[in-house]
Amino acid sequence: MIGTLDTRIPPGPLEQKWRNHKNNSRLVAPNNRRKFEIIVVGSGLAGGSAAATLGELGYNVKCFCYQDSARRAHSIAAQGGINAAKNYQNDGDSVFRLFYDTIKGGDFRSREANVYRLAEVSNLIIDQCVEQGVPFAREYSGLLANRSFGGAQVSRTFYARGQTGQQLLLGAYQALSRQITAGRVAMFPQTEMLDLVLVDGHAKGIITRDLCSGVIRSFAGDAVILATGGYGNVFFLSTNARGCNVTATYRAYKRGALFGNPCFTQIHPTCIPVTGQHQSKLTLMSESLRNDGRVWVPKRMEDCPKSPNEIPEPDRDYYLERKYPSFGNLAPRDIASRAAKEVCDEGRGVGPSGRGVYLDFADAIARLGEEMIRERYENLFDIYEKITAENAYTVPMRIYPAVHYTMGGLWVDYNLMSNVPGLHVIGEANFSDHGANRLGASALMQGLADGYFILPYTLPNYLAGQIGKRPSTDHPEFKRVESEVRARVQRMLDVNGNRTLTSFHRELGLLLWDKCGMARNAAGLGEALGKIPELREEFWRNVRVPGEGETYNQSLERAGRVADFLEFAELMCVDALERDESCGGHFREEHQTRDGEAQRDDENFATVFAWEFQGNGKIERPKLHREPLHFESVQLSQRSYK
Amino acid sequence: MNFRLRIWRQSDPASAGKLVDYEARDISPDTSFLEMLDIVNDELTERGETPIAFDSDCREGICGTCALTINGQAHGPRHPSAACQIYMRQFRDRETITIEPFRAKSFPLVCDLVTDRSALDRIVQAGGFIGARAGSAPEANSIPVAKHHADLAMEAAACIGCGACAAACPNASAMLFTAAKVSHLAFLPQGGPERTSRVLKMVRQMDAEGFGNCANTYECEAVCPAEISASFIAKLNREYAMASFRASSGE
Repeated sequence: MIGTLDTRIPPGPLEQKWRNHKNNSRLVAPNNRRKFEIIVVGSGLAGGSAAATLGELGYNVKCFCYQDSARRAHSIAAQGGINAAKNYQNDGDSVFRLFYDTIKGGDFRSREANVYRLAEVSNLIIDQCVEQGVPFAREYSGLLANRSFGGAQVSRTFYARGQTGQQLLLGAYQALSRQITAGRVAMFPQTEMLDLVLVDGHAKGIITRDLCSGVIRSFAGDAVILATGGYGNVFFLSTNARGCNVTATYRAYKRGALFGNPCFTQIHPTCIPVTGQHQSKLTLMSESLRNDGRVWVPKRMEDCPKSPNEIPEPDRDYYLERKYPSFGNLAPRDIASRAAKEVCDEGRGVGPSGRGVYLDFADAIARLGEEMIRERYENLFDIYEKITAENAYTVPMRIYPAVHYTMGGLWVDYNLMSNVPGLHVIGEANFSDHGANRLGASALMQGLADGYFILPYTLPNYLAGQIGKRPSTDHPEFKRVESEVRARVQRMLDVNGNRTLTSFHRELGLLLWDKCGMARNAAGLGEALGKIPELREEFWRNVRVPGEGETYNQSLERAGRVADFLEFAELMCVDALERDESCGGHFREEHQTRDGEAQRDDENFATVFAWEFQGNGKIERPKLHREPLHFESVQLSQRSYK
Repeated sequence: MNFRLRIWRQSDPASAGKLVDYEARDISPDTSFLEMLDIVNDELTERGETPIAFDSDCREGICGTCALTINGQAHGPRHPSAACQIYMRQFRDRETITIEPFRAKSFPLVCDLVTDRSALDRIVQAGGFIGARAGSAPEANSIPVAKHHADLAMEAAACIGCGACAAACPNASAMLFTAAKVSHLAFLPQGGPERTSRVLKMVRQMDAEGFGNCANTYECEAVCPAEISASFIAKLNREYAMASFRASSGE
């Protein structure tokens, strides 16, 4: 059905591709823009900025989010910062260096052209956000401040305390609010997309459920933009908000959109360790803490139960500084996470569960004073204290890796359009920019780049040929998909079995964490692929979803999401098994260097895996399409942070 | 730990609500308040009863979704915290805990502990923004902002939009919420051009939504999870007074 993947990467030298592409892109005249209805699903950094910008341009936009307000999208929880190649610190930064760090950080599994464009527009984002009133940190001169972040040797990260995501999202939300008042954007909060509607092979609408009334209805548009975030909650425990889910992208996948690199998930090294079965989510401690905190565990197992302050300097193993002398505690996330797992596997982990390492600020406090540390990280220390009841100014923090971000997502071309014409995918929901590992402070950059400065230029390449082609929701395809959605909702309510949603979700999450988490191997993945269909089968036979369809029903909301995770998990494991190499966050135990680092296989796997759904009504093995990655401007090398 | 819970149940806005008693048993002190409710809900589901509806999303105090009145206090006993940042170790074993929704006329009830706080969105839509189109911004460092002003703007901008200020106020006033947004943008030079019209429109919308006036009891500041200072309300009043003079003199 699908031939070779057309990436639509423009010709020419790397640094001229985006300029050439903009010059050659089609335009929609202002008087024609109001004839288009654009559906945007999601109101985070990507969706919120896209909806606002398309509204400013004069399109009619409908924006949907499951939260009760656009301002509550999970981008709000991002703490650390946003990268840009401004070189305000005069430390040798440039667009090329930001590009290079990002592509190297992604372990050479992302597209050169996309990543270069991202680095190029990064500076515009900072200009835009400052003008919107984002209160970035400033120096006494009144000019913008920067800090350094993992995986980089320059200071290029802009930040607003430890609440950068919140402030950037409020900027986008305020721009969106302005367009709502102007009548250019109609906002649909508490409305969840449950399916995608294709008419003659083009994405022309969505089916939604109003989470307050339970009413299921159809919306038609000229194009559909998915900005629905990542799928980290497939692991049950993650740093994602409770509502984050894969439903929109997975439903699109089932309607023919290709899913790119689903096994590329990011396990963030600095999260508060798991404390018990009751836990519903994990909390991130910003990576920026690694600028001043030193990571260590006791050298000897028998010291682990001791209080950390009783363990003298010579008995501590600052393992990141030991193993990666040039980057030290600022090693990229995948490497820092794996190193923590390794020392805990050796039995040198700390805390009640033995799955924890220290992040110690004693040296920084001695050097800079508590006041300075407080100014930099106070809200993070407060969060830590609330959750653990420990004071990190006097006792080292305990941290452990947790699922945080998903690099995989729907496959898109250079225009950010999927293989389904009209279906565009932006932000974390697409696969395009972070390869096999995302560097810190680049998720915010990508979300806003896509929404403010890329999609508004590339969308007309599709729209220009589509004037007057928007179907009405009376079209039989809408009726058909809508009735399928209704039937599925009813089926879930009708099971009326004995097991709760939580128990299914938790079992799935533990299985994935064990077999498809920080380390993977063929035997484990095979085992998971055996168990997931069994669990899914039991779900549809034995789940209990209380309540009714056409009411406010939070259990039903969750049920639909868990049901999709139970299918999607299988796709992740298929992808992880097929990618018979290690790269970035995807660590296949069979492929490691002598000192335990990820061993890539560029000859066979310098390629994107894009999966096509197969099966009519049932789930069959998906069909693999490969997009080879061509590197013209960078030399593929073994990543070294030593 | 064990707790006796008295929880507000109301299936929809039209029907009458009441407090219903539940038990939470064998709860670890490290369980968060919302996780305790998750456990109770799973037990209700297993028993074939309707689980308790309550809002939450990020569960780390930043998204502003959770909104519970716990023992009469918006967001519960430990300030500054959102309800999702409360842990059961902060309660006594066998304590009776009363859980109600945020109560304010402008937050109509949806179901059980869930209320509709879209009035706050409409206040922002009335003018809580800077009209800078994407693509039109000057270079970011071309307008220096004194660190002191940038810091004050950040303090105000930290508001999470939960609505606890209105729920705690005897007049159900949303002035702390409105003041935070007005102040955030008024402290920055970029917010200058729309400063006069912004505050007038936002205050007008706040009144139209049915929120009351500041009661000067400082309850809002006491419950605010983002520690927004009530002094911003004084700033709002100054901004409003100046804007009214300017508007009335035709400026």
